[in-house]
Amino acid sequence: MKKIKLILYFPPERTDKPFTYHLVKDYDVIFNILQAEIQPGKRGRLTIELEGTEENIQRALEFTREYGIEYRPFNKNIVRNQGECIDCGACTAVCPSDALHMNTETWKLNFDEKKCLVCELCIRACPVKAIDVNMFE
Amino acid sequence: MAKTFEEINEKIRNGTVVVATAEEIIDIVEEKGIKEAARQVDVVTTATFGPMCSSGAFINFGHSDPPIRMCKIWLNDVPAYGGLAAVDTYIGATELSETRGMEYGGAHVIQDLVDGKKVRLVAKSYGTDCYPRLEIDTYITLEDLNQAYLFNPRNVYQNYSAATNTSSKVMDTYMGTLLPQCGNVTYSTSGELSPLLNDPELRTIGIGTRIFLAGAQGYIAWEGTQFVLNKEKIDEDTTMYSGATLAVIGNLKEMNSRYLRAASFNRYGTTMFVGIGIPIPVVDEEMMEFLAVSNKDLYTNVVDYSVPSRSRPTLRKVSYEELRSGSIELNGKKVQTAPLSSLRRAREIANLLKESIQKGEFLLQQPVQPLPKERTFNPLKDMVVK
Repeated sequence: MKKIKLILYFPPERTDKPFTYHLVKDYDVIFNILQAEIQPGKRGRLTIELEGTEENIQRALEFTREYGIEYRPFNKNIVRNQGECIDCGACTAVCPSDALHMNTETWKLNFDEKKCLVCELCIRACPVKAIDVNMFE
Repeated sequence: MAKTFEEINEKIRNGTVVVATAEEIIDIVEEKGIKEAARQVDVVTTATFGPMCSSGAFINFGHSDPPIRMCKIWLNDVPAYGGLAAVDTYIGATELSETRGMEYGGAHVIQDLVDGKKVRLVAKSYGTDCYPRLEIDTYITLEDLNQAYLFNPRNVYQNYSAATNTSSKVMDTYMGTLLPQCGNVTYSTSGELSPLLNDPELRTIGIGTRIFLAGAQGYIAWEGTQFVLNKEKIDEDTTMYSGATLAVIGNLKEMNSRYLRAASFNRYGTTMFVGIGIPIPVVDEEMMEFLAVSNKDLYTNVVDYSVPSRSRPTLRKVSYEELRSGSIELNGKKVQTAPLSSLRRAREIANLLKESIQKGEFLLQQPVQPLPKERTFNPLKDMVVK
């Protein structure tokens, strides 16, 4: 099994078609929506995680392209500078996915990258600038 | 079985003192009872590490040759006060850089000094017969300064309201980012470890009390600004204390930026996280009753920050135990809570203070004068002048 994160860009004329239905039904991929901005008649954006066999993921991507949806690998992540972090917890006030949360025993800030949506709200919420966004290929 | 400061100091000197943190003492009292705990434990350490805007440092630069009477002063482009004697100044934590805005302020200047970094000093003068020089542009380091001492007019808030936002817009405040429609609640306290919640009647803490201040041994200089002693009954056994504050002083040259951190709150401005530890002597059993307090008995108000008024409405009262649980109920909805002051680092300070008392390096200082029992909290009268 393989897991990848992608950002999909829907052209306006495609936002009303059951694309995700086919993705799951025809290619047997497990599909997790991390972030979605889709409105009828507008260009949409969907950040997803796909899990499936190597072959099914490959076929699902071909289908996506043929369907007229552009995609690129999701290539950003949030990094925390542990040396700068003072474990205050201000970032946990805005984190929508609980990726940043306080350990209620030690009151140390935990960061669970798997849950992170890279919404970047924590960057401006951090009073000591210990959180940054990292771009990678 | 009352103990005096001097008796406890004697135990500190001969290495027999028994010290516990304000968190540890809760279990000790639970196990042994008030009477036995008060007999066995001599000192309880309390601490806090939160953002405290009313902070700053007095500095004396020494005289240049020829000398200048500094009237306008900048440190790394952050304005410092020019209304003292020739080469004295005060740099406040919330003063913003004239070139970098909210990302750098007086708090960052202070932290840079503590970290041993070079800081650019620019000063201008109108020139006098005795101080002829008109301008200076140079670098300073903490080591070069004659005096540099933190003097914070209002720190260690006894108790602070938790914040939420009932409006439909995101609010960026000194209580952090408040999400719309009560999307979150933020609070700032070390609760059961907090100094003035453990001595709420100020029986042992007063002017002259020696404290841990950002790594140095500092002192309580005066009542903090806006000091007031508020008591509100929650129920028969529980009182909500709030309003007491402290002015503190200590040598910047002995401080450590692990416990003195510059910060910037988005769209609010700069402030400073200040690490403060206060030892409380277990002078009698009554004192131990106060010290045994835990988060379930400590309350604060949840206040709506979206109301642009001096007296913002309180939505409910809440215990720190509930706030610490990660969510509270607000108008029938579960709302996530987030702390702003670092309990983890406050614990580190309480333990450091405990160790230095055990090692005989930190003696208790009896207050030279108690803090006031009566104070009112006056508003500013807004008279229309023109």
